Amino acid sequence: MAVFPSTAAAEADGRIRKPRSKPGPDGGSRGPNSRTQRAAYLFIAPIGVGFLVFYIWPMIQTFGFSFTHFGPFGGHSWTGGDNYARVVQDVTVWRAVGNTLLYGAIGLITLPLSVAVAALLNRRGLRGVGIYRALYFIPFVTLPVAVGLVWNWLYNGNFGLLNEMLSWFGVSRHYWASDPSTALWAIGVVSVWQSVGYYLIIFIAGIKGIPQDYYEAAELDGAGPVRRFFTITLPLLTPSIFFAAVICVINSLQMFDLIYVMMSPTNPALGSTQSVVSLFYQWAFQQNNQGAAAALAFLLMLLTAALTFLQFRLQKKWVHYA
Amino acid sequence: MRRRTLIGGALAAAAPLAAGCSGGGASDTASARGRTTLSYGIWDVAQAPVLQQVIDAFERENPGISVEIQLTPWSSYWTTLRTSMRGGTAPDVFWMNAVNIQLYAANGALEPLSEHIARDRTPVGKHPEALIDIYAYQGKQYGLPKDFDTIGLWYNRALFDRAGVKYPDETWTWDDLRDAARELTNPRKRVYGIAAEMDRQAKFYPTMFGAGGYVLRDGRSGFADPRSIEGLRFWTDLVDRGWSPPQSAMSEVRARNLFLSEQVAMNYDLSAMASLMYAGPEIKDHGGVAVLPKGRERATVIHGLANVVSAKSRRKQAAWKFVDFMARREAAQIQAKGGITISSYEGTQDAWLKSMPEFDLRCFIDMLDYAVPYPSSRNTAVWEDQEYLLLGAPFSGKGGVEQAARTLAKQMDRALDEEGK
Repeated sequence: MAVFPSTAAAEADGRIRKPRSKPGPDGGSRGPNSRTQRAAYLFIAPIGVGFLVFYIWPMIQTFGFSFTHFGPFGGHSWTGGDNYARVVQDVTVWRAVGNTLLYGAIGLITLPLSVAVAALLNRRGLRGVGIYRALYFIPFVTLPVAVGLVWNWLYNGNFGLLNEMLSWFGVSRHYWASDPSTALWAIGVVSVWQSVGYYLIIFIAGIKGIPQDYYEAAELDGAGPVRRFFTITLPLLTPSIFFAAVICVINSLQMFDLIYVMMSPTNPALGSTQSVVSLFYQWAFQQNNQGAAAALAFLLMLLTAALTFLQFRLQKKWVHYA
Repeated sequence: MRRRTLIGGALAAAAPLAAGCSGGGASDTASARGRTTLSYGIWDVAQAPVLQQVIDAFERENPGISVEIQLTPWSSYWTTLRTSMRGGTAPDVFWMNAVNIQLYAANGALEPLSEHIARDRTPVGKHPEALIDIYAYQGKQYGLPKDFDTIGLWYNRALFDRAGVKYPDETWTWDDLRDAARELTNPRKRVYGIAAEMDRQAKFYPTMFGAGGYVLRDGRSGFADPRSIEGLRFWTDLVDRGWSPPQSAMSEVRARNLFLSEQVAMNYDLSAMASLMYAGPEIKDHGGVAVLPKGRERATVIHGLANVVSAKSRRKQAAWKFVDFMARREAAQIQAKGGITISSYEGTQDAWLKSMPEFDLRCFIDMLDYAVPYPSSRNTAVWEDQEYLLLGAPFSGKGGVEQAARTLAKQMDRALDEEGK
């Protein structure tokens, strides 16, 4: 059975053929011999055990705790669906869900940007490609805390560089990260800036995988660079774009670190930038309400699953597998 | 792909604490040399050297006990503490504040000290009563204070001189403060009269009390009380009139820093900030401090840290001895000489007062007569979060303080109801 949905889809379409078990040398139809099988399990054991202990088991526990009142020092009592009722009725939750979806939408802007940059970096004869790639990738490997702090200074209303530059064009001072109407976008811009490098790597690899013959043939037929990009690069890159879109939405839904770093507790824009995960953090670790926080976490999981499912349904309409 | 696992972060934060503890925890009551080793959890690195002196004095008096400081930064102190409480590796003695005391006491995380106090005749009466009250829960005492903080009016004499305004003194009322704020505001020099920062302890609690309002009484919120709203409006008015920067300008650069860099002429701030003010050359030269101006009545907010004993400690007798020692005169005097905090033990504050002769620090002690304890309940953090979420707009000059306060009162009441469950 295929673990990855994309493989599963491919199997169903008959694009990948399942290896048929061949009869062994002695004529019997046995699987791979038991020694190799044991070795294989041993090899995946480290990650498998880690995954079970640190992901699956906590997930099951969290699900259980979401039906309990969880004491701040351990100990819990069954409360049935109370936590879920509270989550659904709480206005701040829906506000956070709205903000989170907006972060997701802003996050998707990263994809066309990364595709464009990847195409530009793949031009033949471009010098210093390595340097450009490194430059784009550095923000991604920089500590989010450092990124958040530096951007906070750029946005600063009193002496931030952004205001300084805008003042050359006569724009008056603005508190970008502490005005409720701009703060979410200010954070969104940082997250886009930060993740362009990651998707860039995926797309560069994707473009490299496109056979050069197509371009040569198109060139012979007189297609210019723009035409070649839209009729060859873009369609053949859709599998990579699809993968990136799934990852991008999941990442954006988990938006937390930048908010945590950039929004001080007394920031008047705090309410209008809060994501589901930062609300979860607040409930679980500041308000000592782990039970309701667990329910909130499951709401987020459902939301993520629903959006990912939707993307898999929609991919048939726009993803071309060569 | 980046993973943002919160649980992982919490575990990582707890790890050094757990590791630090295992040394003392391995042997049940005594180490190889026959000494009991206590761990003492604190969050302020600035106080560590002075506390080490207190510990040295304690160890001289109790040769069988040694104390090790366990420092956890403020940002992760409480999450780390709760995690280590669950895991049974919490320090034997640790710092407690008003926000958390009832949560810990109500959940049985702390050793009740009343019987120990009665037996050893610990001089509880020598500490401010308002402060002792903070650390009592359902008739039992759970912590003994080590220091205290009140709020005073810090001002910049040079800016006052330039504007030709008389310095604040004990005769000042809110009207005097407003007049001065107007005179001191100078948009061309980008100087504001005062900083109306959204800060509960140093700013809006004192004025809510000063207007005759309250934050919490008999398990109900006081934010809808007209007097309380008057106390809030005191600040939002100053923003609306342009005599204070809006909150949006003070969320990254705190009011304290604006005051230190001479961009605001007056600032309500903690006594604990005296040493920080003293370190700023301008403020040391021409800064001053006075009692808070009188509203309908005189009021300030008092808070202080207390030492508590973990209910999970296996060395409670030794832990109590240390807490008891910390609540007595000798420890208080060592602390006062350190000049970082005001010792809460009556009559030991002289050393602190003399450590910064340029400032009239006595006003902080004078205010003890009418200081109101920092309000807290069993799960204070829940409604404290609501305060900042709802008051941010009015403090940014967007108006609607009355509506925000009423909404806040409703949400706070709901949070208080949930605590009881």
